Amino acid sequence: MKELVCIVCPRGCRLKVDEENGYAVTGNTCPRGAEYGRNEIYSPTRVLTSTVRISGALYPRCPVKTDKAVPKALLLEIMRVLNSVSLASPVKAGTVVLENVDGNGANVIVTKDL
Amino acid sequence: MYDLIIIGGGPAGLAAANSAWENGLRKILIVERDREPGGILNQCIHNGFGLHRFKEELTGPEYAGRFISMVGNTGVEIMTDTMVLEINKEHEVHVISAAEGYRVLKAKSIVLAMGCRERTRGAIAIPGDRPAGVFTAGSAQRYLNMEGYMVGKRVIILGSGDIGLIMARRMTLEGARVLACVEVMPYSGGLMRNIVQCLQDWNIPLYLSHTITDIRAENGRVSHVTVMRVDESRNPVPGTEMEFDCDTVLLSVGLIPENELTRSAGIEMDPRTNGAVVYENMETSAPGIFACGNVVHVHDLVDYVSAESERAGAAAAKYVLDNPCDDPFISVRAGSDIGYTVPMKIRVNRVDKAADVFFRVRRVFRSSVIEVSANGETLFTFKRDHMAPGEMEHILLPRKVLDAAAGKDITVSAREAE
Repeated sequence: MKELVCIVCPRGCRLKVDEENGYAVTGNTCPRGAEYGRNEIYSPTRVLTSTVRISGALYPRCPVKTDKAVPKALLLEIMRVLNSVSLASPVKAGTVVLENVDGNGANVIVTKDL
Repeated sequence: MYDLIIIGGGPAGLAAANSAWENGLRKILIVERDREPGGILNQCIHNGFGLHRFKEELTGPEYAGRFISMVGNTGVEIMTDTMVLEINKEHEVHVISAAEGYRVLKAKSIVLAMGCRERTRGAIAIPGDRPAGVFTAGSAQRYLNMEGYMVGKRVIILGSGDIGLIMARRMTLEGARVLACVEVMPYSGGLMRNIVQCLQDWNIPLYLSHTITDIRAENGRVSHVTVMRVDESRNPVPGTEMEFDCDTVLLSVGLIPENELTRSAGIEMDPRTNGAVVYENMETSAPGIFACGNVVHVHDLVDYVSAESERAGAAAAKYVLDNPCDDPFISVRAGSDIGYTVPMKIRVNRVDKAADVFFRVRRVFRSSVIEVSANGETLFTFKRDHMAPGEMEHILLPRKVLDAAAGKDITVSAREAE
């Protein structure tokens, strides 16, 4: 039995994950918590948020994120790839700046109209 | 003459504007001192916003973007690059901007939505040199996420508030080495989820009951920091010194509601929240002047800021469109282990089904009971599995409970479950 704090939302439910029982999760208050508890033991993932360069905008940095959670082990590698990205204003929130960064279909997208 | 002038174009101001519009006001102005609306959300590029509000996890700019586009679909006017210098109880708003100079604008109602600002090194009096390299976590966040400057390479974070935790991860992702997060209290001031994903994910140690006792400099820049354990009365314990080689100290030691305008207008303040005393509809002691968001009390979740601000916007609309009336009120008192409550006053006959009451507990509770009482008699109880000072609590007080108080002040208190 592993004890975890759910990080899906700010509520911070205290989860218990039973590895010997098909990763059964208790202590969650929503289905997303059950999914998190299972994945956190099995293969932890995170949504990565960062910035990339942008020219011609109000500010020289544009916020971006992965449009789904990616394996924790890939975060620093994706950060390195983001260093090479440079955008030009205008961009719209939702615009894809890098495709398939995890080999599993996650894209890096813009999160602000700039 | 405006129906409503809103001071601040962050999440509170935007939500209040949208709600006032939906409730029938048409001449609405938001005054924002920055170059664009969105407030602090613009620099909070991490995700975790909007789960209550939009049932999905958004980044700060995305959350702000939703409200900016909602307001964009109304006739609400947004004046950016404009600073409010003064307001008064006659609903006059003194503004200044490079483009338009100094002007006095008039309104039938005002919503105060100025947010809060960070406590600085001066406010907590850390001994030592006064070199470059000491930043509040929020200003480092703005430098990094918006202006594109990395503020340091070897970082110590003082305080475990959410912004400090978020910056620990952010600096790490950008290649800095975050050596430690140091918290004077025996518990973290931030959300549990941020301890997990910002510190534990990156193996950053959290030293609870520790503080920085010295900052030393070489060539005008931070070079060493001394950290010591503190006892129960928060005094450093001799012999527990730890030395860190670092070039940067980030401070995440609390937020202070930014209420210079509120105070100078002579509006009644609450010494516990450092915000205005408010009624159930977020009206201050000055009729027709409302307040919402972090300028009233510091929230953990922007979702609750939006909800509170929508109530303020709706109440401003009601004030302008209906005749304001002077109803009797009861006070809400903070009982044992409760730091403060918002609202502090409830006009019971203005409450429809239930009144929202927000508060913070003073210490960590496991299985516990929140008790609402009047005259020593328990009126209602709420159960909780876990409460902590870093996590704002919320109860919905049914109208019938308020009626049962029969005009007597009510007290909210917390205790362990039996």
